[in-house]
Amino acid sequence: MIRIVLPAHLRTLARVTGEVAIAVDPPTTHRAVLDALEASYPMLRGTIRDHVTQRRRPFVRFFACGQDLSHEAPDTALPDAVTSGAEPLLIVGAMAGG
Amino acid sequence: MSGVRVLVGTRKGAFVLTSDAKRKRWDVAGPHFGGWEVYHLKGSPADPNRLYASQSSGWFGQIIQRSNDGGTTWEQVGNAFTYASVPGTHQWYDGTPHPWEFARVWHLEPSLTDPDTVYAGVEDAALFRSVDGGTTWHELAGLREHSTGASWQPGAGGMCLHTIVLDPADAQRIYVAISAAGAFRSDDGGSTWRAINQGLRSEGIPDPTAEVGHCVHRIAMHPSRPSVLFMQKHWDVMRSDDAGDSWREISGDLPSDFGFPIQIHAHEPDTIYVVPIKSDSEHFPPEGKLRVYRSRTGGESWEALTRGLPQEHCYVNVLRDAMAVDTLDSCGVYFGTTGGDVYASADSGDSWGPIVRDLPAVLSVEVQTLP
Repeated sequence: MIRIVLPAHLRTLARVTGEVAIAVDPPTTHRAVLDALEASYPMLRGTIRDHVTQRRRPFVRFFACGQDLSHEAPDTALPDAVTSGAEPLLIVGAMAGG
Repeated sequence: MSGVRVLVGTRKGAFVLTSDAKRKRWDVAGPHFGGWEVYHLKGSPADPNRLYASQSSGWFGQIIQRSNDGGTTWEQVGNAFTYASVPGTHQWYDGTPHPWEFARVWHLEPSLTDPDTVYAGVEDAALFRSVDGGTTWHELAGLREHSTGASWQPGAGGMCLHTIVLDPADAQRIYVAISAAGAFRSDDGGSTWRAINQGLRSEGIPDPTAEVGHCVHRIAMHPSRPSVLFMQKHWDVMRSDDAGDSWREISGDLPSDFGFPIQIHAHEPDTIYVVPIKSDSEHFPPEGKLRVYRSRTGGESWEALTRGLPQEHCYVNVLRDAMAVDTLDSCGVYFGTTGGDVYASADSGDSWGPIVRDLPAVLSVEVQTLP
C-alpha cells in the first residue's frame, strides 16, 4: 500500500483525518499513484492536477524521503521506500502566503 | 412567519445569516469551507433550500458545493470546467495573444424555474451551464467565440465573467458582463451573443466608444420591467431602456460615479442603490464616509444614505457581488465590505446597522426571502 499524507484542506474534502493508504499496481509512478488516489477519492479531481492538462497545480508540491519530487516527470517511479510503504508521499500546499 | 436568509461569501469561507421578518436579531452560521475563497453563493428561486457555492483556492483550484437544506449541509459536486472548443487566445496585458485558461468561478446564477439548472460565470471569461445540479458543466461557447473575443483583455482582477442576469419574461434572453470586454446579450438561450455597449464611454481605452473593451462592473434588472437595465461601470452609472441596445449616463449628482455594485428596490423599479468609491486607484469611499446613494427617479438625482453607517475614517470597499435586496415590505437592503462587516437596512435604506462584524473580506452577499 502507498501511504499518502494530504494537506488539511484536501483531507477535509476527502473526509479523512489521517494518512490515506491506496493500492497501486506497479510501476508506482507519480501518475499511477495520483490516478489511484483520484479513483478512491474522486472529490480530489482537479485539486492536485489540472483537469485537462493533468499538470501539477503550481502551488502543490510532492515530497518524500526528505526530497522534493515536484518537478519529476509524471512517469517517474516513486522511491522504493514509498512503494514499500515505509515512507509516505507528502502532498503539500506550498508556502505561498495567505 | 416569513424570514430572511443572507448568504455571505468571503476570502476565507462562507457564512449564512438568518432572521425573522423584523430583521433585528441575526443568527450567524459558519464558516463553511473555512480558509477557501468563496466568490459567490446563491439560492435557487425555484427551491430556496437549493444553494450553490463557488469555493476556490490558489493552491487547490475550483470546487463547487451544493446544499439541499438551505446551507446547513453541503455536498461537493462537479468542478470540471473545460472549454467546449479550441480555447484560442485573448489579449494579454502586454497586448500579446494569451490562451484562454480557466481560473475560477466568479458568479453562480441559478435558473429562475429549475433548481437543477445553474449558470457559472468564470475567469478566463466564459459562461457555463449545468442542468444536473452542478454535477457536469458545459460551456455556452458562442459567447467566447464572439467575433471580438480575441481582442478582449483582462481587467486588474482578471478577465472574468462576473454578472449573469436572466430575463424573467423571456427564457431565451440572458445578459452577461465581462471585465474588461463589456456587456453581452443572447436572445436564443446562450447560443449566440451580441455586444450591447452602445452609449458606454470609457476613457481608459484607445477608442472610448468602442464596441468592446469596457469595464462593466455590474448590471441590475427589476423583474417587473426586464427591458430596463442599470449598470455600474468602472466609471459612470448607466441606464438602458431598450434591453441594452443603447445606454445613457445617469450619474447625475453622485460624489463619485466609480463603484462596483448596483441594486434595485424590490417594489420600486426606479429606486436604485449604488455605493460610490473615490476612484479606480483609491478603492475606498470618498472622504472616508461610507455612504449608500439612492435615486428614487431612476438615476440623475441621488441622496446620500448615512444613518448607521461609519462617517469617518472608513476605507473599505464594497465589491460588485456584495449588495442585495430582500422582497419584504419595507424592502431590506444589504451590503458587505472588504473590512468584513455586513450592513443591512430594513427600511429601504433610510437607516442601517451591522448584522455581523469582523468577517474576512466580503466578496458576495445574496439574500433569500423565505415564506
